Amino acid sequence: MALHTAPRKLRDPGQELRRPAVPGRRRSLVLWPYLLIAPTVLGVVFLLVYPLLRNLQLSFQSFGLRELIRGGAEFVGFDNYRELLTGGEFWDVVVRTLIWTTVNVVLIVGIATLVALMLQRLGRAMRILLMSALALAWATPILAATTIFQWLFASRLGVVNWVLVRLGFDSYEGYSWFADGTATFTILVILVVWQSVPFAAITIYSALTTVPAEIYESARLDGASDWRMFRSLTVPILRPIFGLVLCLEVIWVFKCFTQIWVISEGGPNDATTTLPVYAYQIAQTLHHYDLQAASSTITVLLLAVILFVYLRQLFRQEGEL
Amino acid sequence: MKARNAVRRGSLNLAALAVFAVTIFPVYWMASTAFKPTRDINADTPVFVPTRLTLEHFRTAIGADGFGTFWRNSLLVTVVAVVLALLVALGAAFAVARLQFRGRRGFVLMVFIAQMAPWEAMLIPVYIIARDTDMLDRLAMLTLLYFIFTLPFTIITLRGFLAAVPVELEEAAQVDGCTRLSAFRRVTFPLLAPGLLATSLFGFITAWNEFAFANMLIVKNQDDRILPVWLSSFSNTFGTDWGATMAASTLFALPVLILFLVLQRRVTTGFVSGSVKG
Repeated sequence: MALHTAPRKLRDPGQELRRPAVPGRRRSLVLWPYLLIAPTVLGVVFLLVYPLLRNLQLSFQSFGLRELIRGGAEFVGFDNYRELLTGGEFWDVVVRTLIWTTVNVVLIVGIATLVALMLQRLGRAMRILLMSALALAWATPILAATTIFQWLFASRLGVVNWVLVRLGFDSYEGYSWFADGTATFTILVILVVWQSVPFAAITIYSALTTVPAEIYESARLDGASDWRMFRSLTVPILRPIFGLVLCLEVIWVFKCFTQIWVISEGGPNDATTTLPVYAYQIAQTLHHYDLQAASSTITVLLLAVILFVYLRQLFRQEGEL
Repeated sequence: MKARNAVRRGSLNLAALAVFAVTIFPVYWMASTAFKPTRDINADTPVFVPTRLTLEHFRTAIGADGFGTFWRNSLLVTVVAVVLALLVALGAAFAVARLQFRGRRGFVLMVFIAQMAPWEAMLIPVYIIARDTDMLDRLAMLTLLYFIFTLPFTIITLRGFLAAVPVELEEAAQVDGCTRLSAFRRVTFPLLAPGLLATSLFGFITAWNEFAFANMLIVKNQDDRILPVWLSSFSNTFGTDWGATMAASTLFALPVLILFLVLQRRVTTGFVSGSVKG
């Protein structure tokens, strides 16, 4: 997905294939592309399509611990979906997942835009400094970052509590963040935003740099205010890349599992149970593999909608496949 | 006017410094905690600039049960998966960027969809499939999975890099008597090398990061666990020894950070073309 490579020249690489040649050689040339993509296709079929189908099959079966050990699962039609959709818990989780996704994505894209605009205006040295910090945050492995945040917010000796107490919020003396639902949710949001802003900011910044400075120059000469230039120049230029970043972040945040699982396992009191965590819980602790499969299928369908929007935007922008 | 500009410049730089501090602080705090003596870590007032440094926590982390094994497992699984993905992707990217064939568009679409696949939703079916094919508790299974996780965007980025190498170069070599394959190997491949490196960095980060499947698929054979899983259960290992925990996190982040520094210049371009999440 080279957003910034020049459009490829229109020429026909197949040209030589049509040159009169020895028939045998010609056939092998026609086969080449298929041989080259065969391993990829095989990999995707076995490791992606097959599990997806298996998941779909599971969601229509009665599949608990007994079936897991002995096999011989029965088909039960839409029972699993019915059980899931009529229970209140599932809808709580769906609503929570939507809140989780919205809060994170709004913060990520908002902050990333501000940082990108800032990068554009900074001097060279300052920009390199900030870019390096962003790159470092981006490269920190998810689990390392998660562990760091547990340490930052630790109730005893945690540096965040210390700063809050110093700022006059005495109630944070020894406050245990991970015992409270809202507090844990907040920390997870901060963690995910901290990890995700660098990618979004640098992507938006790269899009900004593709705009020639002359356009801004002439707009300024015509007497446009900063706000006006932002609204009439920057925003329209950024709109397509905005769409892409937005879709990507929605998908990534929606799917987010590791951070939540490691920090809270969905607790306390289910305050951080989003769809992927919920599915994992009902499979791991309740051994309801069938319900898990139904929940996963619904997740996949929800994501497919976003993915569709993303791909449309992507191909509109790239102009070709 | 001039004064106003200076004020503006100043406040902008100030804001940039604030963003810089917030961005870098967690990483800095990890490293500084790892090197601080326990006395400083347990101080009531946090020591922000440690004056005494120690390697004691690193000794604890490395000496912990199985750390070396897990680190090696992680590295092995990641490297094999990334190399495998690079090889397979090179072929596919070449086919997509250089050859015309029926089904090309469909193939590209499949790759884009696979890149966004909701793996997290497929833990259980993958677990069941692994069990049924006797692949549970095997590093080979994880390697295969990480291979398919990294494959789609490896193809996409390599295709971008390939498209940037003019076909004319290859053709010139063919005119000079190279076969198509050797033209690719001698002319395009060297030009592609930086792209390969950048792409492998993204693959490395993805595989190195993976936790959910590692947690799920390696159950009984504890020796075959990998680092992320071990790190996540650090509290059982170290209690609240934050120095050792941060040292372990540092060691975990180290390969990625080193790769990153080495390949830094290439990274931002790949960033955009790869759409890769760390």
